[in-house]
Amino acid sequence: MQSKKRIKLKKILSNYQLYLFILPALIYFIVFHYVPMYGVLIAFKDFVATKGIMGSPWVGFKHFERFFDSYQFWTLIKNTLGLSVTQLIVGFPLPIFLALMLNQIRSEKYKRFVQTVVYAPHFISVVVLAGMIYVFFSNNGLINNLILIFGGDPISFMAKPDWFKPLYIASGVWQETGWAAIIYLAALAGVSPELHEAAVMDGANKWQRIFHVDIPAIMPTAVILLILSVGNIMNIGFEKAYLLQTPMNQPAAEIIPTYVYKMGLQQAQYSFAAAVGLFNSVINLILLIAVNKFAKKLSGTGLW
Amino acid sequence: MGLLALKNKKVTRRSKEDKVFDIINVFLVAIILILVVYPLYFIVIASFSDPNMIYDGKVWLLPKELTFEGYERIFQDSKIWLGYKNSIVYTVVGTIVNVSFTLMAAYALSRKDLYGRNVIMFLFLMTMFFSGGLIPTYLVVKNLGLLNTMWALILPKAVAVWNVIVAKTFFETSIPNELLEAAKMDGCSDAKFFWKIVLPLSKPIVAVMVLFYAVGHWNSYFDALIYLNNENLYPLQLILRNILIQNEASTMMISDLESLAAKQRVSELIKYGVIIVASIPLLIVYPFVQKYFVKGVMIGGIKG
Repeated sequence: MQSKKRIKLKKILSNYQLYLFILPALIYFIVFHYVPMYGVLIAFKDFVATKGIMGSPWVGFKHFERFFDSYQFWTLIKNTLGLSVTQLIVGFPLPIFLALMLNQIRSEKYKRFVQTVVYAPHFISVVVLAGMIYVFFSNNGLINNLILIFGGDPISFMAKPDWFKPLYIASGVWQETGWAAIIYLAALAGVSPELHEAAVMDGANKWQRIFHVDIPAIMPTAVILLILSVGNIMNIGFEKAYLLQTPMNQPAAEIIPTYVYKMGLQQAQYSFAAAVGLFNSVINLILLIAVNKFAKKLSGTGLW
Repeated sequence: MGLLALKNKKVTRRSKEDKVFDIINVFLVAIILILVVYPLYFIVIASFSDPNMIYDGKVWLLPKELTFEGYERIFQDSKIWLGYKNSIVYTVVGTIVNVSFTLMAAYALSRKDLYGRNVIMFLFLMTMFFSGGLIPTYLVVKNLGLLNTMWALILPKAVAVWNVIVAKTFFETSIPNELLEAAKMDGCSDAKFFWKIVLPLSKPIVAVMVLFYAVGHWNSYFDALIYLNNENLYPLQLILRNILIQNEASTMMISDLESLAAKQRVSELIKYGVIIVASIPLLIVYPFVQKYFVKGVMIGGIKG
């Protein structure tokens, strides 16, 4: 036993430079991820900055109760879930369709050109994207000019709560579909050509080959990506939602993360906002575990 | 992609219904292409057009009544230049921190002889699923005295777990173990081996990491929003937000003497212009580096 321990120690010592390599990253994760996890305790306390986390008095579930009783609770849940579930339903299948379509293009040049172009919006910053939405959908913007041409009446998009969700979802589709298709294209490129040749021999047309060769080939990738996005369902793109909020569309645009920001950082109600944030994370975690279990049962693929 | 070309060449016999399929497919992809490109193109032509022409819906394919007034105002504005300078500093310093922390940790974790690598990797991975949330993280940054310094934008985002996984996978698959053994035989230390042999062999992954992190820094606004109060430290994206979304163009770049109508006209023009100005660095590099991004996504997606 003694010698085994000594060998282990020797092994660690001989690799001391490698541990030094990890040290900066390790310190980073401890300071900026694990300390905040501990800091979540303030959700159960009345946080007083001068007393610190340890010294502030415990109040149990007071802040959670206040949140559950607040008149905004159900609106926030509805907005957050509504936005992210719609985004998932609309945004998840589209990259798969795009990848299948691109994969069928015979001209390599055309294909590469299209790919280069559809990836591009991914690199636009969220501020610029929101800015584009504001200028395109303003009362005299591009979209209203189009509506006028087709004989419709102009719509003040940014002032109508009903338009917040469509704008949010459509802009996300525009920005991310091409980028998200990359991974499916890679999976499709890995499909053995023999499978397609055999299918052609058997008289399969393109439709049949897409359904019976291509789609089964990308299923495992799709399942993993689906689990990951469901597991992130409550962490919806907060930055864009915040930028697209106007005083008029607020009823539909306020989601839990923007609420946490406003309560916590703008009004300095640290404990209450931390409680709301924790509530959000817990739901998220439950969803992730549930979906993973479900996917494993259904398809045998899961994250763990 | 090579495989794909091969496949397309081999399967040459096309039935009639396959030809119909191909025609429809190419056509649909062309529509997608236009939907992605046109908004970007419109921003460009609008930034050179007289705003009255845009208001009246006369600008569709080419700029009308060419004007450079918007750009003149933008280039005369000191805030924009300051934002540019700040963003460049944050991007450069931040990316250096990101890439060095990430690559060092990833290399050490890729070494199978490192005792405890699984535990450390697990500690890193956990942070993908659990987090303290906005408020506790903010309090950590505040307590460290980082508010209103550029480090608030750099240290809390020093390492992305996903990138560690990508780089680790790359090292595991592309640095043969024999190389290390040979180097050790010659008395090479781990640090020297990493610096002299691993890094020169890993240019693709270094490029991918630099690109991913640099774009992240260039495009981020939210950290600046919560951690910075001092306007002299604002990055470009925050200044953009003020112009595009909070309509502060008028107070910044338009003189008090102009009439309301003229102000509105100019501020509209400025909006299109700043979108272009802010995106120029990305627009310039994008065509050259696009393939590296794609590579990065594929390395991370397939093997990770």
